[in-house]
Amino acid sequence: MSDDTKKLPLNDLHEELGGKMVPFAGYSMPVQFPTGVKEEHLWVRENAGLFDVSHMGQAFLSVESGNHGEVAGLLEKLVPGEIQKLGKGRIRYTLLLNDEGGILDDLMVTRLPENLDREGQLFLVVNAAVKEQDYKYIEEQLGDRAKLEVLDRCLLAIQGPKAHEVIAGFDPEAAEMPFMSVRASKIDGVPVLLSRCGYTGEDGYEISVANGNAEKIARLLLDDERVKPIGLGARDSLRLEAGLCLYGHDMNPEISPVGAALTFAIGKRRREEGGFAGAERVLRELNEGCSPIRVGIKPSGRAPAREGVEIKTADGETIGKVTSGGFGPTVEGPVAMGYVPAQYAEEGTDIMLDIRGKLHPAQVVRLPFIEPRYYRGPKK
Amino acid sequence: MTTKFTKDHEWIRVEGDTATVGITKHAAEQLGDVVFVELPDVGKSFSQGDDMAVVESVKAASDVYAPVSGEVIEVNQSIVDAPEGVNDAPEGDGWFVKLKLSDPSQLDGLMDEAAYKEHVANA
Repeated sequence: MSDDTKKLPLNDLHEELGGKMVPFAGYSMPVQFPTGVKEEHLWVRENAGLFDVSHMGQAFLSVESGNHGEVAGLLEKLVPGEIQKLGKGRIRYTLLLNDEGGILDDLMVTRLPENLDREGQLFLVVNAAVKEQDYKYIEEQLGDRAKLEVLDRCLLAIQGPKAHEVIAGFDPEAAEMPFMSVRASKIDGVPVLLSRCGYTGEDGYEISVANGNAEKIARLLLDDERVKPIGLGARDSLRLEAGLCLYGHDMNPEISPVGAALTFAIGKRRREEGGFAGAERVLRELNEGCSPIRVGIKPSGRAPAREGVEIKTADGETIGKVTSGGFGPTVEGPVAMGYVPAQYAEEGTDIMLDIRGKLHPAQVVRLPFIEPRYYRGPKK
Repeated sequence: MTTKFTKDHEWIRVEGDTATVGITKHAAEQLGDVVFVELPDVGKSFSQGDDMAVVESVKAASDVYAPVSGEVIEVNQSIVDAPEGVNDAPEGDGWFVKLKLSDPSQLDGLMDEAAYKEHVANA
């Protein structure tokens, strides 16, 4: 591992737990623990897994007036999501766009809850690999109209159908938080920002916590027999089964939100009004369609089709590439995503995958590969 | 019957002019759960060091190289049908292929068990 690989605050804990450390986005990260990727994956789908995602970027975006509409309006120049009408304590998944409508990053934007004394501030969580360039872009684009405060904090994620039971043991009200909401909470007296969201297709929370308290929180959660530590390997297979994009793989600055099949992240009002970076292209593609487009791919056989595998027609003509792919432990077979021309994007279209020079049959399928189990609120 | 090892973590067990080839326990542990195995066709010939088979875990695909030159005379269909067999007994029932050796003298260049253990310890 090169010397410029940074260590996260919980590095010693990962090593103590037997984590196999690998460099990822400039940080030394556990790719798996002794349990192994497949068991870790299945554990998250049945119980609860703890992930250290402190490599991700966390920042507050604020304006002097403390007015939500003002700070939201500014951020909306760079993202196609509805931020102005975001309720207090609510989270939105959106995309940072360049002037050509290409995706610079995907991010979570949170309107902070009232009891945090940060009215008029947005909490942003961005990808590790591009966080520095995101910050630079946001600062350049918004100038001195808004202030970006980059936080040096840890981010833990607890994911899985038992995550809410575990968290409720510390904060009973957290169990009733709907998916994509946030709450200023305390875990054993430690202040944390709890966000009910994640990257696995399961219910769960992300826990933003001061560096100095992160180990205490991680150990408290790991003391619960329902919780096991989970590495990057299972994080990748979980998000792939959930049909969630990985930045730099399934999206990049050439690809628009329409091509990435992320139109759900474009707000209704934003479609009518535009007014965001690259709106001209994005609105045109919304109306006229876009090609190539991201699709789910289910190989018919057992061979995993990994990133870079060429997608071909039955005649052997190359029509696209796999951008994420591997073995899905819950699906019990290979799963993939990739880009194909629009005429091949329909569900059920037969395609071929060129794996090590041999053509393997596959089908375009609807994403995700699993049924997500997000908590939408009390049953009515 | 002698067993030799390669630096790429294959083992080869020789009986006369034929040999059984697989991946070592260490390799299987490093890979983690094997989810896919691709074996060559019977009758295919390989030179020492050629890509001969593929073994994939959840994380990644790895090549399995021919430890010595030879022709494939049998493959282990059971690990194709149930890839976890590689993890269960990598140096036993989880073998990959049987080869008819074309140049048995190449075996002299491979490691014995003690040398392989040292190779793993220093890796």
